[in-house]
Amino acid sequence: MIEFKDVDVVFGKNPERAIPLLDKGMSRSDILDKTGLTAGVRNASLSVAKGEICVLMGLSGSGKSSLLRTANGLNPITRGEVLLETDQGMQSFLALSEAEKRKVRMERITMVFQKFALMPWLTVAQNVAFGLEQKGLEKKHIRDRVMHQLDLVGLTQWAKMRPSELSGGMQQRVGLARALAMETDIILMDEPFSALDPLIRNQLQDELLRLQQQLQKTVVFVSHDLDEALKLGNHIAIMKDGEIVQHDTPENIVLNPADDYVRNFVAHTNPVEVVKANALLRPLGELPMVNDEYCLSRRHDYWLKPGETPLSCRVRYGSQEHAFQQWSPGQTVETLLKQPSLVNTNTLMKDVMEIRYHTGHGMLVVDQDSVVGYIGDKDIYHAMLGKLFEED
Amino acid sequence: MFFTHAMRTIMSWITENKVPIGDWAEDLIDGLIEHSGEFFDYVAMSLEFLIQGLINALLSLHPVVFMLLVAALSVWRQRHWGTALFCGLSLMLIWNLGYWQQAVETLSLVLFATGSCVLIGVPVGIAAAHRPMLYRFLRPVLDLMQTIPTFVYLIPTLTLFGLGVVPGLISTIVFAIAAPIRLTYLGISEVPPELLEAGKAFGCTNRNLLVKVEIPAAMSSIRAGITQCIMLSLSMVVIAALVGADGLGKPVVRALNTVDIAMGFEAGLAIVLVAIMLDRLSKSRYQ
Repeated sequence: MIEFKDVDVVFGKNPERAIPLLDKGMSRSDILDKTGLTAGVRNASLSVAKGEICVLMGLSGSGKSSLLRTANGLNPITRGEVLLETDQGMQSFLALSEAEKRKVRMERITMVFQKFALMPWLTVAQNVAFGLEQKGLEKKHIRDRVMHQLDLVGLTQWAKMRPSELSGGMQQRVGLARALAMETDIILMDEPFSALDPLIRNQLQDELLRLQQQLQKTVVFVSHDLDEALKLGNHIAIMKDGEIVQHDTPENIVLNPADDYVRNFVAHTNPVEVVKANALLRPLGELPMVNDEYCLSRRHDYWLKPGETPLSCRVRYGSQEHAFQQWSPGQTVETLLKQPSLVNTNTLMKDVMEIRYHTGHGMLVVDQDSVVGYIGDKDIYHAMLGKLFEED
Repeated sequence: MFFTHAMRTIMSWITENKVPIGDWAEDLIDGLIEHSGEFFDYVAMSLEFLIQGLINALLSLHPVVFMLLVAALSVWRQRHWGTALFCGLSLMLIWNLGYWQQAVETLSLVLFATGSCVLIGVPVGIAAAHRPMLYRFLRPVLDLMQTIPTFVYLIPTLTLFGLGVVPGLISTIVFAIAAPIRLTYLGISEVPPELLEAGKAFGCTNRNLLVKVEIPAAMSSIRAGITQCIMLSLSMVVIAALVGADGLGKPVVRALNTVDIAMGFEAGLAIVLVAIMLDRLSKSRYQ
């Protein structure tokens, strides 16, 4: 767990001079003109829980890296504090002595860098061991841990090579292994995949998700790529001119952008991996009802007969009647029969489309044993065309 | 009329009242000798003792043993048999021409000067890279040390330390030390900032940051500084001989005074061979 509390970061000589101006709400460029100081981050508050990946997202110069770097003291904090979870409960990083900060960097918080930042004169294995040696662990213990980490990222056979002999993707795996070897709860990742080509980037994102599922770290991840943020983040904090403009789940960022800045960001997102069934569905109440049956499509003579429980509902297609089948996340869609399905509210749009395609039927959305709505072709097209994001 | 008269007065005033810069320098040196003459004598004695010890130690090796050692060293440094062969043959030729003792003396002088330069220069370079103010002060001093003609500071070192190997050694150090300082400074200040951040993020103390990140990252630059330092020291051999330092410079000076082409050529060749050997030995093939 890590918490940023009202953090201001100002760069330049005597940064305190900027504080009154920040409080007056002066803009970044005005502060620069008046004092020569750069307001990197202003009034940023953010909390990241264990097992969560929080993505700090924004254009370059939006202060995302500056905010990240306050967490382990690479950037100074002008005002506010960063709280880290330690054995003594939450502790303010700023209040620690130099030696304690060092201890925190070795035991609580570690970092992966954009340009890898591997030591070119050390081998892959020695690079992974770098932080462990600072900890002063036994040689044999270090060797075991290094081999274990290299195994985890699939680099065992490259252990004796120099970083320059490896591809970019492999170098960043070394960077990842070096960070994971520290066995800290918190990992800071500063645009770790930005320097890689798209294919490798995708691979490493998947790998990070796999490792995260296994290790449940607290990850603060900086990115300027919205697709990456949507894919990795449990939460996304969008930053602009040093301020956090929206901190929310990926779905809410896409569906309810806080302002035009965020809306511009998400305008060209592919909703398939982000939007969930509860945003797609048409509530049952909005469907016309004829003779105790909801009309799903009059043209196709397609009707829904409500039942006591979701599973006792029926679909009538002309004179044919179909029962429902349950689908739950993780289940292969190919195992479904050619009949309508029940899905729960957080089913991804990607899965909804696959189910529609495979079964040939729409689906009912179920929340806690009661039917809340229906998803048919019209609703899927509506979302695909980006109409979900438009203000009504 | 009045104007020309005034001009003439001013001009004669300028030429008649010399600024006593030379006198100041002389007073400074005289003062140093008067107040700390004993100190300089002591320094001269100890340096002479050390360098004579090094010369005697190297001379105590039989030339053949020495050749084998140098060849082995070159194989270790360069992984190249040709270089080893070249070093062996060069030493054999120097031995054959009768300049063995002088060559060893020169080698000792160069090694001693380079060792002192590295010992002082590398830490100074590191300190300068960490403190911009120090470097701002240091830069003109280094420029001065490299541009003032060597003979100019040969005179005060001669009066301070007396004839012999020591003034030559001191002058050599003054002349050559700028290279390791400058290149160490360059190497350390050009360490990529992300490596420093990585070091810090993984728990380095300032000391560890220097030893485990900065110095290894700057190593190739520091090595280049050392190689340059060796070559600069070697180029001072003849000048050092003028104030009485032993070595291959002596036969060159003597040959100059007696217009002895044969001796001058032989000694010059020996210096060139020593230079090539030192250059090869100071570079590792795998950097």
